[in-house]
Amino acid sequence: MTAKPAQRLTLFLLLAPAVLWLGLLIVLPHVEILVLSFSERVAPRVYAFGLGNYLEFFTEPLYWRTFARTAFMSILVTALTLVLAFPIALYIARVAQGRLKAMLLLLCLLPFWVSELVRTLGWMILLRETGVISYVLLATGLTEQRVEFLYNDGAVILGLVYGGLLFMIVPLANALESLEPAIVEAGYDLGGSRWTVLRRIVIPHAMPGIVAGSIIVFMLTIGNFATPVLLGGKNGLWFTEQIYAQFITRFNWPQGAAFGMLLLLLSSAIVWLGLRLTGQSLGTTLKQA
Amino acid sequence: MASSTDLDIVNVTKRFGAHAAVDDVSFSVAPGEFFSILGPSGCGKTTLMRMIAGFEHPTSGDIRIRGQSMLGVPANKRPVNMVFQSLALFPMMSVGENVAYGLTCRGVSRAEAEERASRMLDRVGLKGFGERRVTALSGGQRQRVAIARCLVLEPTLVLLDEPLGALDLKLREHMKIELKQLQGTFNTTFAYITHDQSEALVMSDRIAVMNQGRFEQVGSPRELYHNPETPFVASFVGETNRWQGEAAPASGGAIAVRLPSGAVVQGQGRAASGALAFVRPEAVALAQDPASLSTLPNRFEGRVSAVLFDGAASSLLIDTAGFEQPVRAVLPQAGPLAGIHVGAPVHLGWTADAMKVFAA
Amino acid sequence: MLTKRASLKLATALAALMVAGSAHAAEKLRLLTWSGYAPQEVIDQFTKETGIEVEVTTSNNEEMISKLRATQGAGFDLAQPSQDRIAGPQAEFGIYKPLDMSKLKSDQFIGSMLEATKKNTTVDGKVYGVPHIWGTDGLVVNTKAAPKVADYNDLCDPALAGKTSFRAKRPALIAFAFANGMDPFAAYSDPKAYAAMMDKVGAKLAECKKNVKFFWEGSDQLLNAVRSGEIVAAMAWDTGGWKLNAENPDMKFIAPKSGALGWVDTFAIPSKGRNDDAAYKWINFNMRPEIAAKVAAAAGNFTASNGADKLMQGKLKDQFAESFPKAAIDNIRWYPAVPAGLEEIEGKVLDRLKAGS
Repeated sequence: MTAKPAQRLTLFLLLAPAVLWLGLLIVLPHVEILVLSFSERVAPRVYAFGLGNYLEFFTEPLYWRTFARTAFMSILVTALTLVLAFPIALYIARVAQGRLKAMLLLLCLLPFWVSELVRTLGWMILLRETGVISYVLLATGLTEQRVEFLYNDGAVILGLVYGGLLFMIVPLANALESLEPAIVEAGYDLGGSRWTVLRRIVIPHAMPGIVAGSIIVFMLTIGNFATPVLLGGKNGLWFTEQIYAQFITRFNWPQGAAFGMLLLLLSSAIVWLGLRLTGQSLGTTLKQA
Repeated sequence: MASSTDLDIVNVTKRFGAHAAVDDVSFSVAPGEFFSILGPSGCGKTTLMRMIAGFEHPTSGDIRIRGQSMLGVPANKRPVNMVFQSLALFPMMSVGENVAYGLTCRGVSRAEAEERASRMLDRVGLKGFGERRVTALSGGQRQRVAIARCLVLEPTLVLLDEPLGALDLKLREHMKIELKQLQGTFNTTFAYITHDQSEALVMSDRIAVMNQGRFEQVGSPRELYHNPETPFVASFVGETNRWQGEAAPASGGAIAVRLPSGAVVQGQGRAASGALAFVRPEAVALAQDPASLSTLPNRFEGRVSAVLFDGAASSLLIDTAGFEQPVRAVLPQAGPLAGIHVGAPVHLGWTADAMKVFAA
Repeated sequence: MLTKRASLKLATALAALMVAGSAHAAEKLRLLTWSGYAPQEVIDQFTKETGIEVEVTTSNNEEMISKLRATQGAGFDLAQPSQDRIAGPQAEFGIYKPLDMSKLKSDQFIGSMLEATKKNTTVDGKVYGVPHIWGTDGLVVNTKAAPKVADYNDLCDPALAGKTSFRAKRPALIAFAFANGMDPFAAYSDPKAYAAMMDKVGAKLAECKKNVKFFWEGSDQLLNAVRSGEIVAAMAWDTGGWKLNAENPDMKFIAPKSGALGWVDTFAIPSKGRNDDAAYKWINFNMRPEIAAKVAAAAGNFTASNGADKLMQGKLKDQFAESFPKAAIDNIRWYPAVPAGLEEIEGKVLDRLKAGS
């Protein structure tokens, strides 16, 4: 009779750290943010329940346009990352062997040994008007004047694609590695061209990996802060900057919280839509990732 | 140029570094023939097949299909299709799509491809399976899809790379017959590679026995079985007793082999000093009464050490004086010896014709 | 992502907790200030004299307010927000406690500056801040490459296209309002008029934007760009200008025609500070002329300490004299306290400025 409660207690003790971690670090802050997002400032130190913060997002074109722009660019970044990562992953998974394979994966991992900030600063050194690329172009006579590559959307996309590459390559390489070589050979043997085999066999097989990688890269990109701020131009505002501004420079926590919830909801909706369009389920995708 | 053969392999060699996986092999396959390449794993048969399919390229020599050289022709342009060992069905497609795949690759319209694929599925006994996922099929059904997928393209030659390897025994026996029948109905040339001599013997019109990159012998199943030309063929094809000894002169065109124990056996063949002798278990005659074996040049006495009962393939192991290992003989299914037990004394013998002797 | 932000917030709270947890070991002053305001030498001397250890966290105006707001005024014993950013957040969040002027040696402060600061930081009749360091916002100019720049509007001169910069923050709005004949400080009390004014300024800045290479964020970023020649004129702090001037006499800090913007950083005590005694000791210690002179030299700015200017190094004095002729000093626009709600108006204008193309 006493064994059961004791067992239960053991189980509880074993689970406690995980439950606490999930509860304190993930669930609780979200709940707090959710509650916060529904409060409206009436007067100094007086707040009331209301939907005003959400209405503000939809009625002020500035905010939803910023979100739309951020979402569009994140999708673009995800697509570019996919296109770039696919051949690399294909090479790692199907061509490279043994030591070379490990080295290539390590090479992809290398940039992640330094912080995102340092990586971004690295790009700034390369791209700025007095930077390396501009210098080389001038020195080789390809341009007559120094060229500014920084502070535009292109630089932001470059930085984000670079930051997302690894997170695309790993699930892709995983998915591609499980493709039996004979299936690819059968694809050729039955008369398929390179393109046909890629389109009808390799890509459908890699689909869970593609979707997993895309979700990760998309979420990382849309939630990124440092890269768009540092590489971005005077014209580009990332949605996270709006949230930062609301929290830190405006002291408008409820509005920031509402933006945060909206970012979570809208980006989840985009992911859901993506899953629907590609006919993948979240379960198989998570398995792949 | 019209050709009377579907496939010609001319002096093909394939080297991986210093190692010759396929070493100067030549043969031809006639239209409609079921041709098998039989050999142990690592003998080069898979490399040879992959060269015919176009996945590997010969170091030297030529591969011709209907007289056309295939050198430089990529795999997807050859009139050859392959059934893979793992079958390699496309799991991302339905059964129908698997079969229609090759047709759509050739530019056949989707509607027509589907139509032809479903007719092909009818012919291999998979009517109405078009919509199914390939993962929902049984082993035998998957086999048929793999073959249908090739046959629908009406290839000159179908290559089969040990496609029965993954099946359980019962199904394998069944599929052997089915494959042979399919090949007959479609009258397509099959080139089949296997390490299983029973598969090769049952299905093939002709068999090439391959060892260490070379062909040991090419011939009909019967020729290989009864008249092996090399000791490798003699031991690899079918069950056999194998003894090593010294050649000794004998009378009447026969050759004698002196075993290490001093016992002498007589057979047919050629050997100068070291000799290998082979006798099939079914060629060993058994008797309780030594008199009934008196006409045989090789006569011995032994004691049953094991009864290996396996229905029609049952055999006996007989500890025989003068032989280091027990002699294997077929268990008689009828007569006085049908019920013989371990430990029973028995007389055994065989003709000189039944024993093949080769230089060791 | 949301979790990132949430965890940032949590981390701040945790950090504050940890700081609070470790505080009772030795007597300790937890100081929330700007970089350069608490040189190690000064801290060491303070600890020697009083036995109180000083734990420094560097920050800026917005973060100071956000940090104190997150903990409702706990985690620090002394903060140094600008004088104009005290009254609004105090009314809104109650993050400071009133100062007990009897514990401060008033005669150590420059009288006029102390009075002005007290007035600006008074909420409900109570004083929340006293002045410490002051400086100005004006123009940092490479006089060789851009000799004509004399006012904020000159940053929009097409001749300098792609070579100018300012911060997309409230000082830029105020500066361009003055430069275009408006008086934003007078409109502080009338949010509607202020909003209309900011819209106008926003339009002006949007027009100017194509001239701007980037909106600078950190002063190192700006100074590097000026050094390399990528930027030839920018709105920036005086101290940065003088730093560049020390390296290259062509680089100058210029007080704009429409007036430099004067700011004063203060001492204010967080509402849940636990060591007010130490805080008062630190303030009195810091306002001693010889200490104030050291701090001012380290920060590259000026001090509200009475008599410290006599002890300052010659270089900074000369630079100040060159940048600020008598008329320019009189023309400095001192920020009045920002009423609650104005930051909202400014924020939207700035967001539009950054988001628009």
